[in-house]
Amino acid sequence: MTLCRVLGPVIATVKHEAFRGLKLLVVQPVDETGNAAGDSFIAVDRMSGAGEGDTVLVLREGTGIRQLFGVAPTGKLPIRSCVVGVVDQVSSQGASP
Amino acid sequence: MYLGRVVGTVVASVVAEGLAGHKLLLVQPLDEKKAPRGGVEVAVDTVRAGPRDLVFLVGSREAALALDPSFVPVDAAIVGFVDEVLA
Repeated sequence: MTLCRVLGPVIATVKHEAFRGLKLLVVQPVDETGNAAGDSFIAVDRMSGAGEGDTVLVLREGTGIRQLFGVAPTGKLPIRSCVVGVVDQVSSQGASP
Repeated sequence: MYLGRVVGTVVASVVAEGLAGHKLLLVQPLDEKKAPRGGVEVAVDTVRAGPRDLVFLVGSREAALALDPSFVPVDAAIVGFVDEVLA
């Protein structure tokens, strides 16, 4: 999973039926100190209610998401990234010996 | 998943099995400010998008899952029109 900061919602009315009723967010991967780390991308959010500025946990793996949505591992769900948690706090001790 | 702008169409008369009949579009991936990011790529269309449309795409194996049947050799699929990005 990846730590990401929510940049804001993506408004999309006409979309593939698999996305019906799902909220879309643009998220920015961040490191443990909150600095941007990599390119922003779109994730679906069906539970967290996270908004701009919130730090979230994003799963970027289709099979895990199909499991989360209760679809068979070989089922048809064209979704690759999904918010799976809202992060309250990250504490890092740095690279330990 | 990521944002993109449709910048053209691609016609291929000889394609791999499973790819026949699918509309192929040329897409420029964009960042959250709608600035180009990376090179142009070819994506299969599932929402009847056309040139200049702002869309979102799914990549990798899940691109094929947007299609029916889903054992199709694609790695990018347009899965929605974007009305607005509030970022």
